[in-house]
Amino acid sequence: MKERLVLVGNGMAGMRAIEELLKITPDKYDVTVFGAEPHGNYNRILLSPVLTGEKKFTDIVLNDTEWYAANGITLHAGKEVERIERRLRKVVARDGTSAPYDRLLLATGSLPFIIPVPGRELAGVLTFRDIHDVEAMLGAARCHRRAVVIGGGLLGLEAANGLLRQGMEVTVVHLLDALMEKQLDPAAAALLKASLEERGLRFIMQVQTEAILGDDRVRAVRFKDGTEIAADLVVMAVGIRPNAALAKSAGLHCERGVVVNDTMQTYDPRIYAVGECVQHRGQTYGLVAPLFEQAKVCANHLAELGFARYTGSMSSTRLKVTGIELFSAGDFQSKDGCEEIVLKDAGRGVYKKVVLENNRIRGAVMYGDTLDSAWYFQLMRDDTDVASLRDRLLFGQAHLGEAGHGDIRSRVASLPDSTEICGCNGVCKATIVEAIGDKKLFTLEEVRAHTKASSSCGSCTGLVEALLATVLGGDYSTTPKNKPLCACTDHTHHEIRGAIRDLELKSIRAVIDCLEWKSPDGCSKCRPALNFYLLTAWPGEYVDDNQARFINERAHANIQKDGTYSVVPRIWGGETTPAQLKAIAEIAEKYRVPTVHITGGQRIDMLGVRKEDLPAMWGDLSAAGFVSGHAYGKAVRTVKTCVGKSWCRFGTQDSTAMGIDLEKMAWGSWMPHKVKLAVSGCPRNCAEATIKDFGVVCVDSGYELHVGGNGGVKVRATDFLCSVKTSHEVLEYCAAFLQVYREEAHYLERTAPWVERVGLAYVKQRIVEDEVNRKALAGRFQYSQRFAQVDPWTERANGVDRHEFIPLKLVG
Amino acid sequence: MHAANKVAQCAEDWIDIGALDEIPRQGARVVRRASGDIAVFRTVNDEVFALRDRCPHKGGPLSQGMVHGRNVSCPLHDWKIHIDTGIAVAPDEGCTARYPVRVEGGRVFLSLTPEESGTSVSS
Repeated sequence: MKERLVLVGNGMAGMRAIEELLKITPDKYDVTVFGAEPHGNYNRILLSPVLTGEKKFTDIVLNDTEWYAANGITLHAGKEVERIERRLRKVVARDGTSAPYDRLLLATGSLPFIIPVPGRELAGVLTFRDIHDVEAMLGAARCHRRAVVIGGGLLGLEAANGLLRQGMEVTVVHLLDALMEKQLDPAAAALLKASLEERGLRFIMQVQTEAILGDDRVRAVRFKDGTEIAADLVVMAVGIRPNAALAKSAGLHCERGVVVNDTMQTYDPRIYAVGECVQHRGQTYGLVAPLFEQAKVCANHLAELGFARYTGSMSSTRLKVTGIELFSAGDFQSKDGCEEIVLKDAGRGVYKKVVLENNRIRGAVMYGDTLDSAWYFQLMRDDTDVASLRDRLLFGQAHLGEAGHGDIRSRVASLPDSTEICGCNGVCKATIVEAIGDKKLFTLEEVRAHTKASSSCGSCTGLVEALLATVLGGDYSTTPKNKPLCACTDHTHHEIRGAIRDLELKSIRAVIDCLEWKSPDGCSKCRPALNFYLLTAWPGEYVDDNQARFINERAHANIQKDGTYSVVPRIWGGETTPAQLKAIAEIAEKYRVPTVHITGGQRIDMLGVRKEDLPAMWGDLSAAGFVSGHAYGKAVRTVKTCVGKSWCRFGTQDSTAMGIDLEKMAWGSWMPHKVKLAVSGCPRNCAEATIKDFGVVCVDSGYELHVGGNGGVKVRATDFLCSVKTSHEVLEYCAAFLQVYREEAHYLERTAPWVERVGLAYVKQRIVEDEVNRKALAGRFQYSQRFAQVDPWTERANGVDRHEFIPLKLVG
Repeated sequence: MHAANKVAQCAEDWIDIGALDEIPRQGARVVRRASGDIAVFRTVNDEVFALRDRCPHKGGPLSQGMVHGRNVSCPLHDWKIHIDTGIAVAPDEGCTARYPVRVEGGRVFLSLTPEESGTSVSS
């Protein structure tokens, strides 16, 4: 018999936990759901747009009753659970319906706080919590004129805005002198107030409600100072508190909320709790992203996987009032040891404040221009050292040298529906916005899966996140800080590398078994990563797994759109000879290569080669002295050079020879991502060394070394690492840099984001300041090169992996 | 489905295409024919499936993709296709024809008559 799981509370957090559970183990439990509201599960975040009339209730339903039936879930909608009988392990609803459980999940949410003033029970006094409240407000708006909203926080302002849009005269009364004091500093609050006043909202600040007046229906609100204001509708929106009454009555330990541990268990180990009713490490949460994180952890334990932990969330807020851009996250009140960077342009209605502590972002408040909020939030969650960005931090990500996207980013909310957001897959704004609504998407990953937007080169990721934020408010679920490698595992890149090293795991099978992968043999995302991590950890010992490599690396050529391949021989330092060119010309003719192209990396690309022809063509290239250029791999690709002082009248060193030496040292090594090098003979930098992963700029006194540049999707100029005197040092520093990148970057993370993630200071500390460590790193690189510098083309020309290149059988 | 139950009705159709060992585990090989290649996949558990070697998305050669579980990732744009049904993994939509295949005594036999339920959308 299946175990019985009962969920009390048919809201977003509880149902998310059930959905996560069904994803992991669809058949483990018989699930019964009790909900006090008489319908399926809906998206509470979007109540505001229902109130303004921008959306209908049917638009915000997440799971309709058919969904419950289709998933074999018993739904008791409209039945409020009255008690839990822990000894008999059953719950009983007010109408007598009962359900036995083996595990119980409480997700009773929160209750609006009702100010204990006389008149609070009068008709026309409402809260803003569920769809019933919204319907009541819409009803009141049709036949009444004057509304008073008590509470100038997030909820109150959204309610006030909605009622205003429904044609009411709305006054917001607030206890303090500034709106949204939990999320905003006084400067931002003042801008917000001015902007809302312009729209027609009225405010009475610093007043305390004493009574609500009226006979049957509300007539006015009276304040402590004796003044009164006429009202046909009063909305109390002064806050929410966890709804822990049921848990309390069952004798579970509660403080402000139901107290749970890091596995979302209450003091009764059979009973779990998630969502707004929960108190975890002293914190309660009211935004959806943390609740979803809790749901995921809870599902992990309900499924008896037992390894996920919830350690608290950092949350951000956005006001869902169309036309008002406002964002707040973290701790934005300056304290000792904190610094503020502020940009204020009252004329444009823009205000930005970032609070730093030890060069890390601790909090941010933005008003008027919130396009970079996702970026700040990411920097904050990743605890990124922003020392190198400080001078441009407040101008946003677009000012960091990311070319091409700055303009469009700054207009995402006002863009026409037909604007192409994802240039790779041709996805326009309307498609994304519709998918977020229709398919109930909350995360970047979900948008990628359903629309393909941001799933290729990723350069539009910021735009897609901005769209998610615009549609869902601040409540969309951002990518967790510690992302698992892929859907096959909950472990991060870092944890997996650690396990490979510490537990001496030496095959993909060993990793998958030991770390309990959720899939039988991984996927196209994790297998190549594991293969690389194992290769780096155990050079000379680990046997490369061909089936864990993407086709290009398996076939040692680049697959093209028509299924043919391209061949790029290595041309050391970009220098060639007439004899080499003749050889290439003859080979290209012999194999009827349809297109010959000069690459950006100073090499020659022969395109349109049939797979069956590759080994023979490589044999001919090998006989002419060529080796593979690894143009197809996450590997060292080119070393671009200029002619340097052998010809150029400005040249200071022999940059070509330097480049050739670097390439001879580094070729054949596998990397987390592609790696490009360049050597320029003087600071005129004709080889464009400052947009390469490792760039050398020759100067009269020696060599300047630059790292972390990128000329691709997101242009990034290098960071200056140090100057060295001799070519020998260039080689040593380069080997050490490549090795620390190989050992520590995530698979598919290029040097540019890696350097940004770990900070230049760290790279300098490992390579420049610590000579012993540098030499050790360089030594490890050289050691692994002993096994890596075998030309894969020559091998295959001589028969290795023959099956890869020929059909199994010809028929017909 | 291995479609072994169809052996009787179309036994004359089965072609011996080679030894199981010639197909790499978690990999695929191609059976070449004038009217379009067929990809023959072998999973980590030695199950064998055959599909028309064209991704329903942009016609990418599925035989060149990575095989994981009962899925293959297309090498061109990383669509995932169920190799046992030929149907794209949701939310992608599309389908490629599948062919009966069976393993007997270490040999792999393929039928060139596509299975009825797997309708091909690629041309």
